[in-house]
Amino acid sequence: MFFLRTAVLLLALGWIGAQAPAPAPYTVLSADGRRPLATRLINGQEMFSLDELSGLFQLSVKEDALAGGLAIVAKGQTIVLTPGQSLASVGGRLVSLPAAPARDGKVWFVPVDFVARALAPSLGTRIEVRKPSRLVVVGDVRVPRIAGTIEPQGTLARLTLDAAPATPHAIVQEGQRLLLRFEAEALDATLPASTAPDLITAVRPGDTPSSVVIELGPRFGSYRASEMPGDRGGTRIVIDVLAQTTAATATPGAAGTPAPALPPPAPAAPPLLDLVPPGGIRTIVVDAGHGGSEDGARGPGGTLEKNVTLAVARRLKSALESRLGVRVILTRDADATVELDERASLANNNKADLFVSLHANASVRGSAAGAEVFYLSLDEYGDQAQRVAQGETEAVPVFGGGTRDVEVILWEMAQARYIEQSAALAQAVEAALRERVPMSPRAIQQAPFRVLVGANMPAVLVEMGFITNAEQEKLLGSDGFQTSIVQALVDSIIRYRDRTTAAVPAPARAGGGAER
Amino acid sequence: MTRRSLAIGAVVLLAIAGGWWLIARGRPSASLPGPAGVPGAAGPAAPADARKITATLYYVSEDGMSLAGVQREVPFGEGVLEQARQIVTAQLGEAPAPLASAIPKGVKLRGLFISSRGDAFVDLSVEARSLHPGGALDELFTVYSIVNALTTNLPAVTRVQLLIEGKEVDTLSGHVDLRHPLQRSLKWVQTSEK
Repeated sequence: MFFLRTAVLLLALGWIGAQAPAPAPYTVLSADGRRPLATRLINGQEMFSLDELSGLFQLSVKEDALAGGLAIVAKGQTIVLTPGQSLASVGGRLVSLPAAPARDGKVWFVPVDFVARALAPSLGTRIEVRKPSRLVVVGDVRVPRIAGTIEPQGTLARLTLDAAPATPHAIVQEGQRLLLRFEAEALDATLPASTAPDLITAVRPGDTPSSVVIELGPRFGSYRASEMPGDRGGTRIVIDVLAQTTAATATPGAAGTPAPALPPPAPAAPPLLDLVPPGGIRTIVVDAGHGGSEDGARGPGGTLEKNVTLAVARRLKSALESRLGVRVILTRDADATVELDERASLANNNKADLFVSLHANASVRGSAAGAEVFYLSLDEYGDQAQRVAQGETEAVPVFGGGTRDVEVILWEMAQARYIEQSAALAQAVEAALRERVPMSPRAIQQAPFRVLVGANMPAVLVEMGFITNAEQEKLLGSDGFQTSIVQALVDSIIRYRDRTTAAVPAPARAGGGAER
Repeated sequence: MTRRSLAIGAVVLLAIAGGWWLIARGRPSASLPGPAGVPGAAGPAAPADARKITATLYYVSEDGMSLAGVQREVPFGEGVLEQARQIVTAQLGEAPAPLASAIPKGVKLRGLFISSRGDAFVDLSVEARSLHPGGALDELFTVYSIVNALTTNLPAVTRVQLLIEGKEVDTLSGHVDLRHPLQRSLKWVQTSEK
């Protein structure tokens, strides 16, 4: 059975290989010179191997087997990639990618756009990816774009070259060719095919990276060159190649020359936050319970619930950001009083996908111990909330007669629609906590909690332990326990995410490699 | 003349008192030892207070993880409203050992009203908030010991809303939503005790 699976896997990998007839490599241009960078076509997307990028840009890549993600550290900044998600988190900020990372055996591949959208911001270096010319320009390397046309105009052929940005240059004649040298490290040139071969045989890249050669045809007699400001801060170079036998009568200059179209500039890539696969999680609101004038519960040793919840919330934020590549918003990041309504509103206004409220429990009995997970109970909110939870609608009369079914719900009871998802999240949280911390005998409960009812997304309240239990009070304040709680919560969110996205066909899970 | 009329008056008074004593003694619910803490109560009021009903009250279990329902004697109250007051007052009092009260010491019942829909509004003194130790489970116990005490013992009460110092509040200590009347919930009640 195992061999059969392996064979299928290899076949699948082989198929990917066969499908991609190895496109021409990119050229990386930097102060250090030129280096080739191979790409591979995976599911119709051109991709770079992460190994090659690591070598070029001194990245450290760590695979997070548990989270199923990749953490790429570039100059101290972390980029997180998640299989199946065409998103990257760059230091907590989400940027979209045209495809999810793909894997082939042990090698991970990232879309070409990853370099400009994710790598460049984290390296703090200018990196330009020029797809038409298959160039990756790194740092302050001058690589002007050169594009041109050749127009036969009677007895002359006019070569118009647009250089952007404007770059100093010189033209010299060397026998049967004109050499155009630019003051640059390289050129990103799209050179025209000749339409007047008797005057200009060809325009081709020169022997040095920063020159263009104009091969002159048999009728070449002389040339004249002029220069004028071009579009977008560039320079337009006009070279008229005149035929031998005819007197040069062409008007000098090229004021009337129609502007050749510049290749469209690579679109700036703003983060496309709305392009997330259905079921994906991109924003999580973490609520540190109590705060400010509300101390919450107090332990026998004087530990305050509000301080424990804030400490764990902060840790959870950085863990979620770095491991899941999601945006995390804290309802408070200081010892501040925040109304319960504001906490849910913050999540709603930021279109959070999950709401996790952190608390420490209290009991009149010092012996009470263990973590508990709560989600909202609707019993207390009457029939309307329950009807909404069951997806029932109300028929509302409309203008012109008739009715329309409308889902009517009070904003303050937004949670009613998410009870099932919240239950699933609570189960995931409970299961993950059980692996790491002591649990109360009744670990999952439903209660009419004020902070949950207004949340317009799956929401749970986690009681991490009993602060009134002297032993648990010490635990709650300890690094080890807080780390365990955070790890359990991260694990549970991953499980919840995987469960809820399982029904959605994951894009570009190429290679079929070791899925968790 | 005056002596005779005095003597007759005394005999009549004795007869009335004696008759009342006989009536009061004959009531079936007066099964507990005499009324506590009403010394010197004169006239017919004193024996009437001795009437009791048996009610289920709720206290924190020994392990602190649930509520335990306990059958206790509660003074009889004339009518649903008066009986509700008696039940809440009893619930606010000391817990029988070894159980603990879920309600902070010193909380007083300021008022109690019952709407025609069967919603009881229980107005508690500020200590219910200011002295509350916090913690979600304890808050659930505080709220549901009162909600359950009323709804379990008085069929006429279907829901209960807690008020503090006459005002509607969001929560007692940041967890349980008190903006609406709450129905009975036995989720946190030990099943063995019921």
